[in-house]
Amino acid sequence: MATVMKLVHRSALTSLMGQHCLSFSSAAAHRAAGIRAGQALPGKVKIVEVGPRDGLQNEKTLVPTEAKIKLINMLSESGLSVIEATSFVSPKWVPQMADQVEVMKGISRKPGVTYQVLTPNLQGFQAAVKAGAPEVAIFGAASELFSKKNINCSVDESLQRFDEVMKAAKEAGVPVRGYVSCVVGCPYEGKVAPEKVAHVAKRLYSMGCYEISLGDTIGVGTPGSMAQMLEAVTKEVPVSALAVHCHDTYGQALANILVALQMGISVVDSSVAGLGGCPYAQGASGNVSTEDVVYMLHGLGIETGVDLSKLMDAGAFICRTLNRKTSSKVAQAACKL
Amino acid sequence: MGNVPTTVKHCLSYEQLIEDYPWLRRWLQEDKEIVPTGVKIQLIDMLSGTGLSVIEATSFVSSKWVPQMADHTDVLRGIQKASNVQYPVLTPNLQGFQDAVAAGATEVAVFGSASETFSKKNINCSVDESMLRFEEVINAAKKRQIPVRGYVSCALGCPHEGHIEPSKVAEVAKRLYEMGCYEISLGDTIGIGTPGSMLKMLQRVMKDVPINALAVHCHDTYGQALPNILTALQMGVSVVDSAVAGLGGCPYARGSSGNVSTEDVLYMLHGMGIETGVNIAKVIEAGSFICSALSRKTNSKVAQARSTACCDESL
Repeated sequence: MATVMKLVHRSALTSLMGQHCLSFSSAAAHRAAGIRAGQALPGKVKIVEVGPRDGLQNEKTLVPTEAKIKLINMLSESGLSVIEATSFVSPKWVPQMADQVEVMKGISRKPGVTYQVLTPNLQGFQAAVKAGAPEVAIFGAASELFSKKNINCSVDESLQRFDEVMKAAKEAGVPVRGYVSCVVGCPYEGKVAPEKVAHVAKRLYSMGCYEISLGDTIGVGTPGSMAQMLEAVTKEVPVSALAVHCHDTYGQALANILVALQMGISVVDSSVAGLGGCPYAQGASGNVSTEDVVYMLHGLGIETGVDLSKLMDAGAFICRTLNRKTSSKVAQAACKL
Repeated sequence: MGNVPTTVKHCLSYEQLIEDYPWLRRWLQEDKEIVPTGVKIQLIDMLSGTGLSVIEATSFVSSKWVPQMADHTDVLRGIQKASNVQYPVLTPNLQGFQDAVAAGATEVAVFGSASETFSKKNINCSVDESMLRFEEVINAAKKRQIPVRGYVSCALGCPHEGHIEPSKVAEVAKRLYEMGCYEISLGDTIGIGTPGSMLKMLQRVMKDVPINALAVHCHDTYGQALPNILTALQMGVSVVDSAVAGLGGCPYARGSSGNVSTEDVLYMLHGMGIETGVNIAKVIEAGSFICSALSRKTNSKVAQARSTACCDESL
């Protein structure tokens, strides 16, 4: 049975059905709805494909090295310009990424594609450079509790650790991307203050990260909280240096990405087939599907350089390998024969 | 914009392989078992207690076409009608309208299409012919002061024709509005719309129908429902159709999702500070009830996340 939700627009005070008045709880939430639909969106959006790393890291099944290499090669052929290939963390912590060196050495590097890798510390950075990584990424958190529970140190302490990586990267001429997790909510702290996110993003940017990806780690964000957070962050970091990394755990990812685009963001992280669940809600979805993001962007007339068909082929391949269904609705709808 | 040919090609390929069901049989596609009347009544009663102000209860179509709705009279008579809730029912023709009134209906709905081919394949008549049928219903409804809601299907694309011109959507919406429908719900029947096509369609329709008489009915087949709804809100639309637990698949892409989940829409709206008067926890409960009765999983991501989350998030 369909339900019809009547939200009353402020101007529709006396309607036939006697609806209640609409009210917005905050200026920024108002902004999310008040942003004009169709106001100048970027002409191009860069997609950062995190499936091979962030996606696979959160999948229980261990994927053979050759399959990872094939996935990355297929993604390279789909037109994506940035692919997060692997992570130089200790295999003891993340067995899925134990073959980091073989993956980096095994992939066919397509010209024009950047193969980023995660480096949680100096040792990881050195191993990454040795394996031929042209670009690295570091992760900060906007939540103290999250930082402590996950990497056993405070946010400030984690940023100090990254100082070493930044220095080494500068010397080696290797660009560094920064990630901020828990930007609109934390599984332990609940709401996260936008000012805290802005503070961490600014630190990473000042340290030398060329781009800061703002991650809704548990997918609790909505266009309201996304707009509030971005308003605070864009006061401290230029919008051209920002990206969004939205999780789809509550189905909000595409709406959140749309608001981010409307606020000037032109870099979006996503994962082919929506690989990678949410470690904080077992069985729930995590990363937003690249296919669904590309579908929306193309529908908006925004260029991505991505061939959706080839992307779906890569998604189909990795889902067969993992023996799982795709989380992409576009892929589900398109493959119904 | 650009997406339509690829996706419609897939829909058409599927369409060619399956038997050509009338659109009214969509409810059968996903849920092949007939849901007992008692379960339907309980679902509607649960939804009535959530704060929702409008619940589409049943359909007065011939049970030959839609066996799932054969118990329409029993359902309408069996539910406990809350005083602040409307229970519109579908009435495709005068006969259906008369049966609905006899069963106590106080609001009805008629379904038009922005696509000629869709209209012909599904209700075996052109759009113009369907409007004549609806005019009979609307005139009869006017005499009894029964409000009529109009739906326009294929507002952002058709499984047969592909791209649908916004001007055609506007034309059908305008006709329904001028005939006397108090509200027109614009439906993305196969879910292929994006914020780009939603914007263009609404811009055109708003020239002919006042914005406060418009609603959007977005399907989530391609995952685009929430950004499409957001776009509509930003343009001033303040009525949104949705289905608890995302019930109802897409008959044109078997196994794919159809209706957007009420829970997911509510989560977004509340997160934006928009009042709906609806208690999301109670909707999740109703969704859990019907999914259990249908032995199926919910399509709502909010419901899935809430049932498995190991931590507290504010909604």
